[in-house]
Amino acid sequence: MQTSFLFGRLSWESLPLHEPIVVVTFGVVALGGIAVVGALTYFRLWGYLWREWFTSVDHKKIGIMYMVLGIIMLLRGFADAIMMRLQQAWAFNGSEGYLNAHHYDQIFTAHGVIMIFFVAMPLVTGLMNYVVPLQIGARDVSFPFLNNFSFWMTVGGAVLVMASLFIGEFAKTGWLAYPPLSNIGYSPDVGVDYYIWALQIAGVGTTLSGINLICTIIKLRAPGMTLMKMPVFTWTSLCTNVLIVASFPVLTAVLVLLGLDRYVGTNFFTNDFGGSPMMYVNLIWIWGHPEVYILILPLFGVFSEVTSTFSGKRLFGYTSMVYATVVITVLSYLVWLHHFFTMGSGASVNSFFGITTMIISIPTGAKIFNWLFTMYRGRIRFELPMMWTIAFMLTFVVGGMTGVLLAVPPADFVLHNSLFLIAHFHNVIIGGVLFGLFAGIAYWWPKAFGFKLDPFWGKVSFWCWVVGFWLAFTPLYVLGLMGVTRRMRVFDDPSLHIWFIIAGIGALVIAAGIGAFLLQIAVSVWKRKELVDVTGDPWDGRTLEWSTSSPPPDYNFAFTPIVHDNDAWADMKRRGHGRPLTGFRPIHMPRSTGTGVILAGLSVACGFALIWYIWWLAALSFAGIVATAIWHTFNYHRDYHIPADEIVRTEEARTQALASRG
Amino acid sequence: MRRFGTLLLLPIPLLLGGCDLIVLAPAGDVAAQQRDLLVISTLLMLLIIIPVMALTVLFAWRYRQGNRQAAYEPDWDHSTKLELVIWAAPLLIIICLGALTWAGTHLLDPYRRIDRIAAGKPVTPEHAPLTVEVVALDWKWLFLYPEYGIATVNEMAAPVDRPIDFRITSSSVMNAFYVPALAGMIYAMPGMETKLHAVINHPGRYLGFSANYSGAGFSGMRFAFLGQSPQEFEQWVAQAKAEGKGLDRARYLELERPSENEPVRRFSPVAPDLYQAILNMCVEQGKMCMNQMMSIDARGGLGMAGVYATAPLAYDKFARRGAAATYVASICTVEEEEAAFRAAREASRPGLVTLRDPSPLRGAGLGRPWTENRRVGGLVPAVQPAQPSAL
Amino acid sequence: MATNLQTTAGGTPVFYDLDEHDHPEGGSTMLGFWIYLMSDCLIFAILFAVYGVLGASYAAGPAPKDLFDLPLVAVNTAMLLMSSITYGFAMLEMQRGRAGAVQAWLAVTGLFGLAFIGIELYEFAHMIHEGATPQRSAFLSSFFTLVGTHGLHVTFGIIWLVTLMVQVARHGLIAANQRRLMCLSMFWHFLDVIWIGVFTFVYLMGMLR
Repeated sequence: MQTSFLFGRLSWESLPLHEPIVVVTFGVVALGGIAVVGALTYFRLWGYLWREWFTSVDHKKIGIMYMVLGIIMLLRGFADAIMMRLQQAWAFNGSEGYLNAHHYDQIFTAHGVIMIFFVAMPLVTGLMNYVVPLQIGARDVSFPFLNNFSFWMTVGGAVLVMASLFIGEFAKTGWLAYPPLSNIGYSPDVGVDYYIWALQIAGVGTTLSGINLICTIIKLRAPGMTLMKMPVFTWTSLCTNVLIVASFPVLTAVLVLLGLDRYVGTNFFTNDFGGSPMMYVNLIWIWGHPEVYILILPLFGVFSEVTSTFSGKRLFGYTSMVYATVVITVLSYLVWLHHFFTMGSGASVNSFFGITTMIISIPTGAKIFNWLFTMYRGRIRFELPMMWTIAFMLTFVVGGMTGVLLAVPPADFVLHNSLFLIAHFHNVIIGGVLFGLFAGIAYWWPKAFGFKLDPFWGKVSFWCWVVGFWLAFTPLYVLGLMGVTRRMRVFDDPSLHIWFIIAGIGALVIAAGIGAFLLQIAVSVWKRKELVDVTGDPWDGRTLEWSTSSPPPDYNFAFTPIVHDNDAWADMKRRGHGRPLTGFRPIHMPRSTGTGVILAGLSVACGFALIWYIWWLAALSFAGIVATAIWHTFNYHRDYHIPADEIVRTEEARTQALASRG
Repeated sequence: MRRFGTLLLLPIPLLLGGCDLIVLAPAGDVAAQQRDLLVISTLLMLLIIIPVMALTVLFAWRYRQGNRQAAYEPDWDHSTKLELVIWAAPLLIIICLGALTWAGTHLLDPYRRIDRIAAGKPVTPEHAPLTVEVVALDWKWLFLYPEYGIATVNEMAAPVDRPIDFRITSSSVMNAFYVPALAGMIYAMPGMETKLHAVINHPGRYLGFSANYSGAGFSGMRFAFLGQSPQEFEQWVAQAKAEGKGLDRARYLELERPSENEPVRRFSPVAPDLYQAILNMCVEQGKMCMNQMMSIDARGGLGMAGVYATAPLAYDKFARRGAAATYVASICTVEEEEAAFRAAREASRPGLVTLRDPSPLRGAGLGRPWTENRRVGGLVPAVQPAQPSAL
Repeated sequence: MATNLQTTAGGTPVFYDLDEHDHPEGGSTMLGFWIYLMSDCLIFAILFAVYGVLGASYAAGPAPKDLFDLPLVAVNTAMLLMSSITYGFAMLEMQRGRAGAVQAWLAVTGLFGLAFIGIELYEFAHMIHEGATPQRSAFLSSFFTLVGTHGLHVTFGIIWLVTLMVQVARHGLIAANQRRLMCLSMFWHFLDVIWIGVFTFVYLMGMLR
């Protein structure tokens, strides 16, 4: 392979044309892409999308775009999962399966990276973006442009990961890319470079979005909403964003160092010249463990909102809920070593980190009890969000238990890196994060679109997910106890076979669950007239987002609400608030801008160039990034006023809608 | 639906009966103790998990909207007593578990010599430990028995009820040494040594493998662990001695090259200091051993005199361990040139070499004038290690 | 104000703020920038930690005492500290609303910054010329990365400073520009604090090692 000035190490051989699976995938994706692009062009939607969505700085639209990104990437990540399940169910009795090591090793790496960074993170961030400003009675986030930029940077990372599927290859290192395996000597190809730059670009977006949401929550709360009157979801979002800001820079730094090792030949994580691969493992987990709580905390908030709303009751133990969240936030920095008890730290170090890990289960346990006692003496309506919550409580406690088990160092010695571990973290991530996301989506969907989700297909999806989850992961618990380790491609022992087949069936059931979820959205859009909600408050909600119309107007609230109680909206309803109908004033709003898209596009170009050693393009696009950023600062007119008569019209329409309901 | 779920669970015990849960029924005392800890911890946690799950189902059922008999208190949101209980209950369990963890972690520290062969059978002076030096290679396991002067690939044996002292390292990337029947795993890392102490109590043939992904050949990186009676073990050693070829540094370097699904191989005699050389990454001629480098560093380095003496230090920074020089060269012509350059230098004048790093940033076109000067001006003699290592 | 919003004179609760004024633009900027600085600080914390771990891994090569030229670094430190002081003067002039004086002090600050970068580049070039490259040992890798990251920040600070000078020249000391000057001020002093850490931890303690 040549490295040329113009194309770096990119050449025709970089395209995986010899891999039939990839070629077919590419064909399908290309056809789908052409269909989408064609449809958008045919219906002349590009201008609309660009004006109303891509350049929008409205937190609601950005939140929805985050969700769309997460769901698209879920399909990719899940395709990887199915391929792994199939390979492992196939490669028995002397069969090599259908994937060679080169392909299989990329798949499990991509699965992990995509599911964490480009599925769970966008979905969680999207939910926070959408809901938090509404819950605190704000009109947007603190830095609306930055919000748009953050989103597009996340997309940029996702684009690079997707590009690796068809141009070159992805990392073959596992999702955390431990050196020396990920160093240039052992991974000389572009895979790890894709990994590094995709995560760096997305990481910038995540960090900035974290800063943005912290400021929003601290600065833009409605009058009267003291910290201890914030809705629990806002609290957990605050903690999550504090975790983001205090942990993602660590990831950035670590990946810079790994990149320097690979590009410049430094010796941070090399075996020779005094480097220390163990340091990488420590550093990446100092980011990695808080990351786990970044994902789960907002969903704890969702479950709190859902339980309280659907039990028709105030949340039990609000104060202890808040303290539990804060305690988890702090403790999550003191446990990273439990990811590598087996690296030979002393017994005292291992015990320390084991015990701090167990201590986290105390506030987590308290939270579970709080939800339990919120249900106690309530009137529970088993709508979809509540069903997901109950499923979460039953599933998550098992995952929590196996997690504490893995925190006992001697038990970890026999279970570390085994399929038991895989089952454990899927148990908490699917049972906690994903179930929570589905609860959140079902719960806030009517707020975002003005109609509910179709309950029938929602229930189909629910049961497929719950049954599929247990079918897919119970066998992995068993296999872990049989001493089977993770990331294996081929197996000898025929007694393992049946378990992998069951797990594969489970994955298929989950696939049906995903299908039903997509169908649910399609059916709901189709039947939106039947499912419509004009009140803006379909669940008898308790927090401020339910006080405005569905979908909310651009400005969210015509008048900023004043808060007297934790459950501000429930309090307003109970004490007979009067929705003001006159006296509207112009509202000051931020203006849309395409700078975020441009900056992220240039970042992708820069990342791609660095991956392929196309130095001129890297230099050019980097200069472009700096120039665009500077150019953007010369724009002083970033806001406008929504005129009062437009607000009058919007509010009048809502008044009529409310009246038509009778 | 829920009833349907339990029906689905029914076949599980049947299936479980047919499979070998080796982690729960190991053949070595250390693994057995780890299993005990695992089971006790699970039971301890079930004390709280089961009531929580039961209460979840109970409350969900009892306080369903349709049940108008149940009490409804929409404003009840606090009870100090209850809050005390819900914080205290997990706390108590974690205190117990924490105590168990502290004690168990110290007792089962893999670095600690075992003090019992099995329950009620303490280690006595006549239990001389068997030392086994383990090297994770790409992608196979090398076992050295210094006591017997033999070495094997992908098969190791140990007499039952004799303590085993493992010394573990790796030649290239991180692996984990794991025999589920024997004891918990420990990482095998290049240039570093980890330790494991264990004993096998029941004779048999057990599976060992790498439990940390290490690259393309990872799946085939398995070995047989044989628990044998002392007589069988003697025979096994004798077989290795009879069949084995000698394992010197040259043959080790051959063996070290990446290969997959290796058959069992036996070596005898084994160069006595081979393991130390592997551990210190100085099997190759002219390489400085890690321990020497570290002792030099502890005394403040070699100053500017040592600045260009990098060839004795380069181990796997530029290319995969054991790969032919063209492995990386196939990626990039500049690197090919570099590799060829280095190879030529090392072949013609060992110990005289300049630093030329073939990393891409400069390799693809950014020249550095000063290295060019050095290349022309003079090759700086490599510093001889304090002791011209017994290579 | 917050309290009289909550209830009317009669004691009935008020649920909407009917007399709301525009929120001043950029009300969260200083807080946001402060949080950003803390995240940046964390990157430096990692680089310091890495230097702490690898700082004695000379790989049988040169150690700090073979490489560092303390008088030069002391001069360099003085440059950066002076630039912080002059930036402070610029901020004082900003308070008085004197755009010309602000520009002058900013220019002086920029020159000190450039001098700092120049001396640092000279130091780096010298070390690399001697063969003490970042590739030579883990100690040198972590040294160049820590000090170089700081230098990169100063470089971007200078670019930002020039941008701001143009903007002040165009629009004067309007509220938006004042806010930006405050942010850059925080950034600049932050880099100064980091440098004091570098000077102490890397250079002074390195010479003692």
